[in-house]
Amino acid sequence: MDPYILMRNITKVYPNGIAAIKGVDFSVEKGEIHGLIGENGAGKTTLMKILFGMERPTAGTISVAGQTVKMTSPHTAIKMKLGMVQQHFMLVPTFTVAENLVLGMEPKQGITFLLQRAIELTEDLSRQYGLPVPPRAITSDLSVGLQQRVEILKILLRKAECLIFDEPTSVLTPLETKELFCAMQRLATEGKVIIFITHKLREVKEIADRITILRNGKRVAVCKAADVSEQDITRMMVGEAKIPAPVKRTTVSGPSVLSVRGLTCQRKDGHIAVCNLSFDVAAGEILAIAGIMGNGQTELVEALTGLYPCLTGTITVNGEDVSTASPRRIRLCGLSHIPADRMGRGIAAPGSITDNLIIDRYFKAEFSRHSIFGLRKKQIRQHGEILRQRFNIKAPTAMMPVQLLSGGNMQRVVIAREFTAAANLMIADQPTQGIDIASTLDVRQRLLDDRNAGKAILLISADLSEILQLADRIVVLYNGEITAHFSTPAEITTEELGYYMLGAAQQAGPEIEQAA
Amino acid sequence: MADILQAVLNVGFAFAIIRITTPIAFAALGAIITDLAGTINIALEGIMLQAAFWGVFVSAITQNVWLGLAAGVLSGLSLAAILGYLNLHLKADLIIAGIALNILAAGSTVFFLYVLAGDRGVSVSLRSLVLPSIVLPVIAEIPAIGAIISGHHILTYVAILAVFVLHYLLYKTPFGLRLRAVGEHPVAAQSVGISTVKIKFIALLLSGLLASLGGLFISMGYVSWFSRDMIAGRGFIGLIAAAVAGRSAWRTLGGALIFGTAEALTFVLPIWGIASELTNMFPYVITLIALTIWGRKRIRSGKRQIDNTSGDRKF
Ligand SMILES: Nc1ncnc2c1ncn2[C@@H]1O[C@H](COP(=O)(O)OP(=O)(O)O)[C@@H](O)[C@H]1O
Ligand SMILES: [Mg+2]
Repeated sequence: MDPYILMRNITKVYPNGIAAIKGVDFSVEKGEIHGLIGENGAGKTTLMKILFGMERPTAGTISVAGQTVKMTSPHTAIKMKLGMVQQHFMLVPTFTVAENLVLGMEPKQGITFLLQRAIELTEDLSRQYGLPVPPRAITSDLSVGLQQRVEILKILLRKAECLIFDEPTSVLTPLETKELFCAMQRLATEGKVIIFITHKLREVKEIADRITILRNGKRVAVCKAADVSEQDITRMMVGEAKIPAPVKRTTVSGPSVLSVRGLTCQRKDGHIAVCNLSFDVAAGEILAIAGIMGNGQTELVEALTGLYPCLTGTITVNGEDVSTASPRRIRLCGLSHIPADRMGRGIAAPGSITDNLIIDRYFKAEFSRHSIFGLRKKQIRQHGEILRQRFNIKAPTAMMPVQLLSGGNMQRVVIAREFTAAANLMIADQPTQGIDIASTLDVRQRLLDDRNAGKAILLISADLSEILQLADRIVVLYNGEITAHFSTPAEITTEELGYYMLGAAQQAGPEIEQAA
Repeated sequence: MADILQAVLNVGFAFAIIRITTPIAFAALGAIITDLAGTINIALEGIMLQAAFWGVFVSAITQNVWLGLAAGVLSGLSLAAILGYLNLHLKADLIIAGIALNILAAGSTVFFLYVLAGDRGVSVSLRSLVLPSIVLPVIAEIPAIGAIISGHHILTYVAILAVFVLHYLLYKTPFGLRLRAVGEHPVAAQSVGISTVKIKFIALLLSGLLASLGGLFISMGYVSWFSRDMIAGRGFIGLIAAAVAGRSAWRTLGGALIFGTAEALTFVLPIWGIASELTNMFPYVITLIALTIWGRKRIRSGKRQIDNTSGDRKF
């Protein structure tokens, strides 16, 4: 028997010249949960957009339930009983759940919309699939998990036989993830086809029957999930050569580069987010700040980089007091900064790669004539091109707008700029969040190289294994205060660190004072 | 002081407010439809002016007031359709296209007035008609109230009716649901097969229809002639009344009433000895104050605004 979904020899070249998919075959059987896995930029979303009619393939054929179809629009796809839960939900925020569910196929009598009938429909569907939702609630008041459930019901109401999920778990809490997986399993046992995109290994192992692995727009493997280990999958996703060697520590730290004394920061709503913090970062060391997000990390970084004024305390960079300096002044003192908010602070999305690369240095003599003659276009173009190649940013030219890049490549633009800034202090805020394995390894290696070359690095990360792998010293931030300081990270475990992060333990004053 | 209170607290003044509010209410209702559909009809002013002219002209030529009404509505609709075509099919900027149409209407009405009637600026040579007023049975008998709400121009009652109809259309019909979906999250609407272009086009036409009626009220009821620029910003004030009032047809009517009252006061305040040059500014000053208050309110609730990436303008 033919598979339910069969994509043959699919190729997609975007108008900007990026070949996102190169001759991929993809098939899914009835009643199967199929994991589609690959790094950021591997082409997973593109492949599914082609299946769902949102992008036209450059070459290749698609058949659904044995019937060859030209997917010209999502409309065709919906008619062929496909449905897709997008990464960004397609729900109108001010509508009730029931209204969102029936939008486009409203129950009516004459010209009157029957809200009560819509609510009943919602309740029936909820019961039928065991996915409870409050039909009268305003959609924007719901948790992300519930909104996703509304999306699933919306697809089911349109009689979908095949459900495509694009990284559905990236926005969910662990509990919500578990509930989603239960729902997916239930749907599969009813004979629906489920395609599940992710780059999290544990998840595919947990739920998928079979997996397809994409790398660089090519299919590298299709296999039963039970037959392969997480290591195998990693190897296939990343390619052989890139598995990291364990890190050797070479701690010979020099003079203090960043020095913080008695720093207190207040949020706009008046809440004291950071309270009386003192610590130092020396040349040639990585100081990591561990802590659960929302314990003052954001405010601390904003104060250190001059983006939001601190209330009291002093910040010294290379001997200069920058407590009240502007971001540009602080950068000129020797700071570079990888922000956690990549889209908001890291890049200007509509600008070109080159523009984004010179945005912290366009005024320097190399690039600017300091007169009405303006910028040195040629030097700027060269600079952009050189960095693009050196940092392996996947784009045909450095003049391409950054918003067309995948997440991992956007982060590479930020990385390229910040690692080439004339600075001896780096604040790396969640530098590997949401990027693929290869880019993550690359960023970590660069941090270590820079450390070894004598830079001072302040690393803020939600990833404990990253902190334990890279840090020379660790401080724990809890509720805006330093609750622990470890000068020999090799001797502590994640559990131990976890106690401090959750506020279950706190070191005595003298130990914490060693941070400074 | 006493005489000013006397001037304000009487049935004549209340009657005047309703009369003066009518064209602003039409414009504001037109604005609220496009607002909810995620577009904006800057050309309301021009549509009103164009309808006012063609209503006067055709009624004078045919000596049939209903043909005049039809001509005015058609001319307004065609301007709205041009705006829709420019913006939705040719992807012209909505604001710029709207401004262009306003200028076109201002110029073309003066041009045709001269070419067709030989008049400069005011339609003195056209014997144009006015639409009838209506005395409401029973209600007219009630003391005070009867004198305030009975005996108005037919289009005033149409405006009140339009509030009911619009409220029903926007909030109780599948079309209204789709229209609001298009305005709030166009991509979501598209994903369930709703054509955003079609919905926005219909919204623009409906706003054109309402604005035409507002313009016709002015030249075939409020007064009985056409003069250049006779809308005097009421289309723009309607846009603002709708923006300040938010998303409901009823509140929009309330917003229009505030501006109508402000304008009515300009006729009363000179009694108090205030120069009429100053009092004439009153509606526009009120507009500025309203916009300031609204702007501050919006900044505070700014986070709730969703970005829409489809290139449409959000007011
Ligand atoms: N609309 C687009 N225009 C041009 N290039 C695109 C577009 N969407 C994605 N790409 C490129 O195609 C490649 C694959 O992207 P995508 O399918 O989003 O990967 P994934 O979902 O696996 O992370 C990336 O290099 C990305 O930059
Ligand atoms: Mg993707």
